[in-house]
Amino acid sequence: MIEVKNIKKHFGDKKVLKGISTVFEAGKANLIIGTSGSGKTVFMKCLVGLLEPNDGAILYDGENFSQMTKKERKSIRRKIGMLFQGSALFDSMTVEENVLFPLNMFTDWSTKEKMDRVNFCLERVNLVGANDKYPGEISGGMMKRVGIARSIVLNPKYLFCDEPNSGLDPQTSLLIDELLTDITKEYNITTIINTHDMNSVMGMGEKVVFLHQGYKDWEGSNKDILQSKNQLLNDFIFASDFLKALRKGIDNVG
Amino acid sequence: MLKQMISVPESAYMYWKETVRQMNHIGVGSLIIIGIISFFTGAVTAVQFAYQLSGSYFPPYLLGFVIRDSMIIELAPTLSCLVLAGKVGSNMASELGTMRISEQIDALEVMGVNSTAYLVAPKIFAALIIVPPLIIISAFLGVYGGLLAAVNYGIAQEMFEKGLLYMFDPFNVVIMLVKAYVFAFLIATVSCYQGFYVKGGALDIGKASTRAVVFSSILVVLFDYLIAVVMT
Ligand SMILES: Nc1ncnc2c1ncn2[C@@H]1O[C@H](COP(=O)(O)OP(=O)(O)OP(=O)(O)O)[C@@H](O)[C@H]1O
Ligand SMILES: [Mg+2]
Repeated sequence: MIEVKNIKKHFGDKKVLKGISTVFEAGKANLIIGTSGSGKTVFMKCLVGLLEPNDGAILYDGENFSQMTKKERKSIRRKIGMLFQGSALFDSMTVEENVLFPLNMFTDWSTKEKMDRVNFCLERVNLVGANDKYPGEISGGMMKRVGIARSIVLNPKYLFCDEPNSGLDPQTSLLIDELLTDITKEYNITTIINTHDMNSVMGMGEKVVFLHQGYKDWEGSNKDILQSKNQLLNDFIFASDFLKALRKGIDNVG
Repeated sequence: MLKQMISVPESAYMYWKETVRQMNHIGVGSLIIIGIISFFTGAVTAVQFAYQLSGSYFPPYLLGFVIRDSMIIELAPTLSCLVLAGKVGSNMASELGTMRISEQIDALEVMGVNSTAYLVAPKIFAALIIVPPLIIISAFLGVYGGLLAAVNYGIAQEMFEKGLLYMFDPFNVVIMLVKAYVFAFLIATVSCYQGFYVKGGALDIGKASTRAVVFSSILVVLFDYLIAVVMT
């Protein structure tokens, strides 16, 4: 469980996060949604400490991450898996070496155990036969999936995914959502996902946090979204004509 | 930055692997250019010195002596390191800059890897291991280039070789090695620093690698002078 208390972040005069509080529970897929530029990435980076919030506190299972020493943070970070919006694969390493990297760094497993684990993870993201390719030689969607494989290879306790299925086709996208939901349940992971994808929101959003202009404008489950009278949220979720019509239908029935 | 590097490595093997990769990068990648430049520097020095001596009463074996010492004391370490500042310095800065901009360094940090230790230390270490041998090779090739050019100029090979052994002071080799280590350290640290702290976008990576080359070249000649003053 991760508790976020009144997180604020500004860059110079530009206030990006204006006091956000929420709770992300373990075993749940927690989704953060919001328009492009609303601060989802900044928020996620504050959570893992890549950016220092200007105010507020972040508690990892009750431990105050914000006040930890570098060393204490490191021990938390060993339990974190993170997928970056731009994948952030290591260019100088092959797909296989990328996924192998955390295992080589932090385990003393045998080569066979490590390779089995790597191939298992690559299979789960539906990426076989690309082991020896370099990041420069694969597509953006494939890079995303390698990034996901790398972030789950150490069985993290906390999993952060910044737009895991942007750039993926709908089928693969669904597969990734299922994978994230499955491992979240299976290993009781606290999973936090930034997304724009309405399929993901409706399909897996047990908890959804809607960011707007630096504030948390709404939170609830995907089921609540359909009932919500929050205008901003409705405009965001039901943006296309198709979805607007769908929404009307729901209202009429309701 | 240096302080952050002194911490227990997560997995010594991974650090060693990265060091070997860097050694390969710096050493093998620079061998040919350093070789060509040293060879011709020796050759040109020989021809021009022979030209300056012609008509004077200096014995021709002096040529070997002059080539040997100027290669060892100055040309091999300084010229090679200026070349390395350009080649290796820009390479290190742009590699780290790219890793910074594309969030690869952030990815390491989130995993709990000490990114300075993992990325910077192997580069400095590799430079310290591989640059001195490169300089030694450079000195040999320079002298060899001088020999071939001298023979071509019409000076007897025995004369040149006699000069090579004339008044050999091993301390000059010490000066050469001191320069090699100091320059290697300067190039690696300056370039890593420039690359590691890049902010902005792809354009800034280019600027950082230019700065890496300019600053490390200036520091190389500056320290060349200081070492010369202190050690001779
Ligand atoms: N390092 C920084 N310095 C200054 N401003 C920044 C920095 N990082 C982010 N911002 C600003 O913070 C705001 C939020 O950015 P962020 O990347 O979090 O958006 P996002 O919600 O992730 O958008 P997207 O969905 O497009 O990824 C943007 O206006 C951006 O310009
Ligand atoms: Mg983002």
